[in-house]
Amino acid sequence: MSRLGRLLHGKDDTQPWKGRYAPYDLVKEACIAIGVIALLAIVLSVLFSSPDEKPSTIAQWSKQLPINFVTTAVSELDGKSGTAEYGPPYNHESASVQHFLFLHPQRWLGVSHPINTAGDYVIGPLETIPDDPALHSAIAEYESAPEKTQKGWTEAYATPLEEYATAEEERKPLPKTVSVNAATGMVSVQAGGTGPIPTLMSAELGLAKSGGLDGSLLTSNQFFQTDYTKPLLFMADGGLLEKRAEEQHLLGEQWGMMNETGSYPGQVWLWLYTLWYQVEPFKASASGDLLVMLMMGLLSAAFICVPFIPGVRSLPRKIPIYKLIWREHYRAISPRSRA
Amino acid sequence: MSAPTTERSWTVRVREAGVGALPPEKLLPDSQPTYVASWIYIFGVASLASLAVIIGSGTILALKGPAWWHYTGVGHFFNSVHMWSVELFFFVMVVHLWGKYWMSAWRGGRARVWMTGAITFLVAVPCALTGYVSQQNFDAQWISTQAKDAMNSVGVGAFFNLTNFGQMYSYHVLLLPLAVVGLVVAHVLLVRRHGVVPPIELDRRVGS
Repeated sequence: MSRLGRLLHGKDDTQPWKGRYAPYDLVKEACIAIGVIALLAIVLSVLFSSPDEKPSTIAQWSKQLPINFVTTAVSELDGKSGTAEYGPPYNHESASVQHFLFLHPQRWLGVSHPINTAGDYVIGPLETIPDDPALHSAIAEYESAPEKTQKGWTEAYATPLEEYATAEEERKPLPKTVSVNAATGMVSVQAGGTGPIPTLMSAELGLAKSGGLDGSLLTSNQFFQTDYTKPLLFMADGGLLEKRAEEQHLLGEQWGMMNETGSYPGQVWLWLYTLWYQVEPFKASASGDLLVMLMMGLLSAAFICVPFIPGVRSLPRKIPIYKLIWREHYRAISPRSRA
Repeated sequence: MSAPTTERSWTVRVREAGVGALPPEKLLPDSQPTYVASWIYIFGVASLASLAVIIGSGTILALKGPAWWHYTGVGHFFNSVHMWSVELFFFVMVVHLWGKYWMSAWRGGRARVWMTGAITFLVAVPCALTGYVSQQNFDAQWISTQAKDAMNSVGVGAFFNLTNFGQMYSYHVLLLPLAVVGLVVAHVLLVRRHGVVPPIELDRRVGS
């Protein structure tokens, strides 16, 4: 037998059982157990049901938070959104690339789900809108401009929006440079040197409100498709998902990873995984996800290898909970019992 | 013409190895040592029972398709049964694992029994996660967009994309359940082969 085989099989240090045997009906026990668990699951289902909060759509987002939507859309066009600067597996940037010492596992498999935020989220969908010469002229103007000019336009347009978002977050008086038309729901940004951006953003918002952007982001080479990566990442760059999550106590600092909507237990088995996100150095680290995953990988390996870890494998003999588990057996073999 | 020799038959070899390792009376015993008498033993079979209810309710949901439970009361009921059986599965499995830890259940060459049990728990976690992100509701949107960063950070996002519903649904209804069931079968067969771990002898407490 190999060394690994000897390690896994181990030496049988248990005494062969020479005592009595009791009748045991394995199949009957299994059937009763399935019946009891099924009944318990049915009772819990009848009493508590299960959560099913409707998903958010881009159309809802653009109607409920139009300024936030436009702020996000212009950041996608400008290449400054979370997704635009993410890195692998979506693009070649580096803002969200995590590392531990010299290890950058996020880069190992490259860009497997390419996303060009300006093209996929803004220019591409707008190009599908027919019979709008002003829009197509604005697209042509934007695309033919040098990159520096494009940046100048988007930054000029984005600055008042960012000031608005900051004021909103800090609960300060909102700047009057950004406003929403109550009747149409369209966003107006007062800024100079924005080139064709107001036309593009106005069309983007209109397309989103009509539901066209939801469909456009799901379009792929084939008719049927099941990959929601593009619309989900676009929405995650914005504020609607986060707003709803905060209301449902699902944010990271609210142990959100293991919770679910409503008062349901959620994935409670992820408590240890979620715990690391609440403590330093994981909490503040830019590579927090990777550090947590490495920590959980290490703990998982230790969990599997419990039979071989000195100290951990001996603990059950030192804390005699086993005496409680086998109390009937120990009582039966005690000298007093035999007497 | 004489019958072909069976000595080199792969089928015979597999049968003999199988019956040798697990004779029928060991595979399906009708008696157990008297020390197998504690409430803690219930949690092992309860884990298997929960898995059976998960597979049963999940099969009904799979038969009707992933959107069915959103627009019918019956569908929502089976989704609830599926969810609660998963909660029960993890609860009884954790109690079972703790019980086995305090019994030092890896003694007597049973390390593989512990290891297959531990790996089953670890594989069940992504199996449940893929279910949460396949729900097609707000929970799925939020959990997938939040958990993707951890997957991407270790590089698995390239082939385990939480925001790809189709891929996650495949993982949830086929690949990961197959792994869990395979591990559970291996675990149970190992338990049957080695028998239930005997009590720690009181005069042999020192060392491990």
